[in-house]
Amino acid sequence: MNVIRPQSAPGRPLAATQGLIDVDIHPRPRSLHDYDPFLSAEMRQRLHTFGIRPRHGFVKGTPYFKSQPLACRRDAWPENGTPASDLDFVARQHLDFHGIDIGVLNPLQPTAQGDQNNPFSVAMAHAVNELQLAAWVDRESRLKASIVVPYEDPEASAREIRRRGGDARFCQVLIMSRTSHPLGNPKYWPIFEAAEEVGLPIAIHAFGYSGWAMTNGGWPSFYIEEVSEHATSCQSLVNSLVLEGVLERFPRLRFILIECGFGWLPSVAWRLDKHWPTLKDEIPHIKRAPSEQIREQIWVSTQPIEEPPRPEQLLDCMSWIGWDKILYASDYPHWDFDDPRTAIPSFIPEAHRAAIYGGNARKLYGF
Amino acid sequence: MRHVVGTVADIPPGERRLIEADGKRVVVFNLGGEFFALSDRCPHQGGSLALGPVMGLVESPCPGEYSYGRAGEIIRCPWHAWEFDIRTGKSRFDPRRMKVRAFPACVEKGETLQAETFPVRVEEDYVVVEV
Amino acid sequence: MDLPQGSIDVDLHPMVPGLSALAPYLAPLWRDQIALRGMEGFDTQSYPPNSPKSVRADWRPHAAWPASSVELLREQVLEPWGVARGIVTPLYGVQLVFNEDMAHAFTSALNDWTRAEWLEADPRLAASIILPMFNPEHAVAEIERCAPDPRFVQAMVLVMGETPLGRRHNWPMFEALVRHGLPLAIHAGSCYRNPVTSLGWPSWYAEDYAANQQAFQSTLASLITEGVFVKFPTLKVVLLESGVSWLPAFMWRLTKGWKGVRFEVPWLDRNPFDVVRENVRLSIQPFDAPDDADTVRRVMDHLGSDEMLLWSSDWPHWQFDGPPRLPPGIDAGLARKICVDNALSTYTRLAMETVR
Repeated sequence: MNVIRPQSAPGRPLAATQGLIDVDIHPRPRSLHDYDPFLSAEMRQRLHTFGIRPRHGFVKGTPYFKSQPLACRRDAWPENGTPASDLDFVARQHLDFHGIDIGVLNPLQPTAQGDQNNPFSVAMAHAVNELQLAAWVDRESRLKASIVVPYEDPEASAREIRRRGGDARFCQVLIMSRTSHPLGNPKYWPIFEAAEEVGLPIAIHAFGYSGWAMTNGGWPSFYIEEVSEHATSCQSLVNSLVLEGVLERFPRLRFILIECGFGWLPSVAWRLDKHWPTLKDEIPHIKRAPSEQIREQIWVSTQPIEEPPRPEQLLDCMSWIGWDKILYASDYPHWDFDDPRTAIPSFIPEAHRAAIYGGNARKLYGF
Repeated sequence: MRHVVGTVADIPPGERRLIEADGKRVVVFNLGGEFFALSDRCPHQGGSLALGPVMGLVESPCPGEYSYGRAGEIIRCPWHAWEFDIRTGKSRFDPRRMKVRAFPACVEKGETLQAETFPVRVEEDYVVVEV
Repeated sequence: MDLPQGSIDVDLHPMVPGLSALAPYLAPLWRDQIALRGMEGFDTQSYPPNSPKSVRADWRPHAAWPASSVELLREQVLEPWGVARGIVTPLYGVQLVFNEDMAHAFTSALNDWTRAEWLEADPRLAASIILPMFNPEHAVAEIERCAPDPRFVQAMVLVMGETPLGRRHNWPMFEALVRHGLPLAIHAGSCYRNPVTSLGWPSWYAEDYAANQQAFQSTLASLITEGVFVKFPTLKVVLLESGVSWLPAFMWRLTKGWKGVRFEVPWLDRNPFDVVRENVRLSIQPFDAPDDADTVRRVMDHLGSDEMLLWSSDWPHWQFDGPPRLPPGIDAGLARKICVDNALSTYTRLAMETVR
């Protein structure tokens, strides 16, 4: 078959023969006032006085300073505004340039997910979802929205999921990886029930502030340690989803782990497989091997792609996870962004690359 | 192949200019009157170094002790922030084995360049890069 | 399988039968408080004594407290398996006590109990100095007190403490260890100063046990990024009961991050994976990987070193049934390194004594 390189998308990899779907794009509002039309007077007032209050100490920014301003690549700042706040700029620099067929929006702060105040988090989730439609998805047909939910209020989250669930502009539910309880905890089950009911996958993006120390041995000193903790927080939630029986209780539910890395997933699955038989009496609700459950119901995104010393080591990991389970993500506009042409190495067989670039996401999301 | 980038005044100290010469994208830096040229393409994933921030060199003999000098002489890739020494093109994390290509750059007087096939003014100084 | 001649078991866990067993080794002030205050014991939630994970079924005696005597160790491991040397590390929760002075007293008592009732009882045995974890001066004092006895071949802390292990307030402890040529063992388990996940408290013990995998990653990240191996390049660290297979992917990620944010930790001027291969060792049980030779060989390849693994049974914890076993796909040469040579080069004090 002849593949003609699309002239208008010089940044599109040739191997993306099943489409190029980016499962991780981070839009930002131009300012907090973008939310005003979607908030009550009381909540507008709160937003502009106390602001968003995550479970850490700073009014602005994050306590582990990033390596670049707003954690964004330096070339993603438009003339006016912050990276990914300008749809035209994003469309040109990212969607057009790389020839992206579909991009999934994962709004990160300022969304008030995990806010110390639940009613505010509930109100903001609604506003974030409205803004995604008004500012992005309704103006750009290549983009899909996430149902941002106030996950520490699971009943309110379930309501938001059911409200938006039939709207094809939303392709998934979005949660942060650092929740106040391990994610499999029964407290969160209303969210899973609602998502399974409306038939949407749940994307879990690395980040958030659980309110606990950032490691199970206390607070680390450095940003590089926090980046490492994106992976371990994700490992903890996978352990929880399996051992609390969430995957078995909601067998049609699918989870996508975004920006957590993936190299660690085989060792998590192996560890659960190894120790579960000894502890079967404690957890009789686990009927199938953890690795099987993970294999069936958990997907991973590529970014930040692992860079082992030798190519075959990456191939090992990916084959252990399953070639049908891996989804290309750019993380645009963040600094550790993965360019689709270079981040997915060419030593990966072409058929697998095509699946990673688009085939797997098409199946998962039904695009 | 020699390429005239522009006059010295075109690239003030602390600034940079991105050029294309002989099919290569090259960034030219002015460090306090000295000129250096590096390939624009980060060896990691191809980010454009011309768009990256500069910083000084942070070194440490021992945890908790910092020496911070050579202000503006380290260019960081705008994507994954790899540090490259503008003077040599060597990466900071593995100077022996990871670097970006450096090209010879110098200042030449307009009168010495007159024989070449582009317009220069005799009394000006020009930045010349060999790519 | 039969263990090679001269095998060393680096992870054995005597279990203290109760606080009264430590009483003879406590000064009256602390001894009297046991009864006075109704102290009930220091078994920790990391290894509840009745949990099937904590004691292998065929190692649980009918009448006695499990793993509480040298006789049990001899009968269950040393004799049937022909073990030449064994390193005992009790996990009794003395390190969890909040009162620093009380913690110090009970920790010293535990080390004295180990010496008197285990080291004195069998020349094959060596031991870990259990360290007070939350007062560096006390930790140094305990190192100074126990180090002159060559049968103490390392010191131990639990993998989940109150603050990350690499933090500078812990450095006096590393300094003392290096001075005495003692490796630092980091063992699975928590002091429960934090919940066992960064997402809070789990529901099931199974999650608690699984959580050690994350803890070893965070702890190793702390040691590396804080520059502990820069300041103390000869410090050896032994990760006990960690699971092993998490290490390569973790190091790939840490190394990738380091390339971009090196300036934040500028004292770290070498590839972190090289640092780990030089300074870090891991006990082999459990080896969290499927039981197939090809996968195991690939994991070993990802580790990139033959020198890192040390044989352990993890007695009396339940990691395998029956006689000792190594993961499949490990040839005789590597088996010998794992069971004998790597431990001898990690523990210089072991190498100096004669092997029976």
